[in-house]
Amino acid sequence: MPASITNSTSRYGWAAIVLHWLIAAIFIGQFVLGLVMMRLSSQRTAFELIQLHKSFGFLLLGLVILRIAWRLGNAVPALPRSVEPFERRVAPLVHFVLYGFQLALPLSGWALVSVSMLEIPSMPFNLFVMPDLPLAESDPAESFWTSAHWYLAYAGIGLVALHIAAALRHHFWLKDAVLTRMIAPSSDHNTE
Amino acid sequence: MVARIFGFAAVATCLAMPVFAAVALSDAAGSYTISPAGSSIRFSVGKAGGGGLAGAFARFKGSIRIDNSNIGRSQVNITIFPESVGTGQRRVDAFLRSDAVFDAANNPEIQFRSTSVKRTGDTSALVTGRLTARGKTFPEKFTAELSAFKAGTIRFHVTGKVLRSRYGMDVGTPIYSNVVDFDMMLTGRRR
Repeated sequence: MPASITNSTSRYGWAAIVLHWLIAAIFIGQFVLGLVMMRLSSQRTAFELIQLHKSFGFLLLGLVILRIAWRLGNAVPALPRSVEPFERRVAPLVHFVLYGFQLALPLSGWALVSVSMLEIPSMPFNLFVMPDLPLAESDPAESFWTSAHWYLAYAGIGLVALHIAAALRHHFWLKDAVLTRMIAPSSDHNTE
Repeated sequence: MVARIFGFAAVATCLAMPVFAAVALSDAAGSYTISPAGSSIRFSVGKAGGGGLAGAFARFKGSIRIDNSNIGRSQVNITIFPESVGTGQRRVDAFLRSDAVFDAANNPEIQFRSTSVKRTGDTSALVTGRLTARGKTFPEKFTAELSAFKAGTIRFHVTGKVLRSRYGMDVGTPIYSNVVDFDMMLTGRRR
C-alpha cells in the first residue's frame, strides 16, 4: 500500500511514523548514553561510548533533516475535532520547538568536537571521516559548547517528557486518536 | 620544533660526512649508558583524515654495548617509564597513562631487550629484540643510524614501527592508526 507511506490531511503515513519513533528512540538513547559515558571510571569504555554517542548523533542529525524535509513536503494531518482551541494553537509551536531541539542537540555536539583541542576525528560507525565544523579550536570554546550541549540535552529531555505526558493524556484521559495515529496510519474516518 | 629541525639537520650533515665510515669498530666498542640529556624517545600515531597524535617519553634509561670483535653480539636495552608520557594535552596524557592504554599504575615499565644486531651499512644497523609492554612480549625491529661519535659519546638515531594492538593498546582504532612510529635519538656515554 504505497499510499499509506505519505501523510494525508487526516492521518500520518508510515514514513512520518517510522521517522518519529526512530528519532524518539535515538534521542532518548543518546540522553542515557550521554549520562553514562560521562560517569564511567574506565577511560577506555568512556572513549568508545563517546565515539558511539557521536555516531548516533550524526545519524540523528541526518534523520532529523530528512524528517523536516518530509514534514515540509507533506500534508500535515489536522488534529481531532475534540482538541481545544488553546491546545490547537500551541501544538504546532511545541512541535516546532521539538524540531529545534532535535537539530540543536546534534549540531551543538558537532560544534563541541570541532572546537576541542583534543582534535579527535569523528568517524560515524567507523565508516567515514566526518569533517569538523569550521570553528576555531580553543579550550574556552570547548567549555562553551560542552555547557550548551548539556543544557540543551536537559531542556530537550524535559520537553520530550512533557510531549510523552501530553500523548498519554490524550490517549487515556481524553481518549482521542492523537497517540494511536502516530502508531499506525488510521483509517480516515477515525479523525477529523 | 626548531630544535627538532636542527636535530634532523645535524643528522643529515653527519651522514653526509664520510668520517663515520672510518670509525673503527675498536674505537666505538665498549659499554655506554644512555644519557637522558642528549636523548629523546618520540612517537606518533596517524589519525583518520590526516594528521596524528605525537608525543614523547620524558623518562627512560638504558644501555648500549658495542662488541669489539663481532658487532652482531652488540646489545641495546631500554626501559621506558610510560608514566612520563607527554603530548602537550593533559587530558590525552591522562588517557594514555590510564588502563585504556599503558596502564602505567600496574605496568610501570616498557622494556626493550635486543636479541640481535645486524649491520646494514657503514653507519647503520638493524636491531631486533623483544619489546614488553602491559605484560605482553613480541619481537620488534628498529633501524639504528650512527649520527655522532666522539670522545666517549655515541649517538644513534633509531626509528621503527610497532603495532600497538598486540600489546592490548588497540583503543581508538581505526580512528587512530594501529601503527606507532617511533623516532628516538639515543646518546650513550661510555661507562
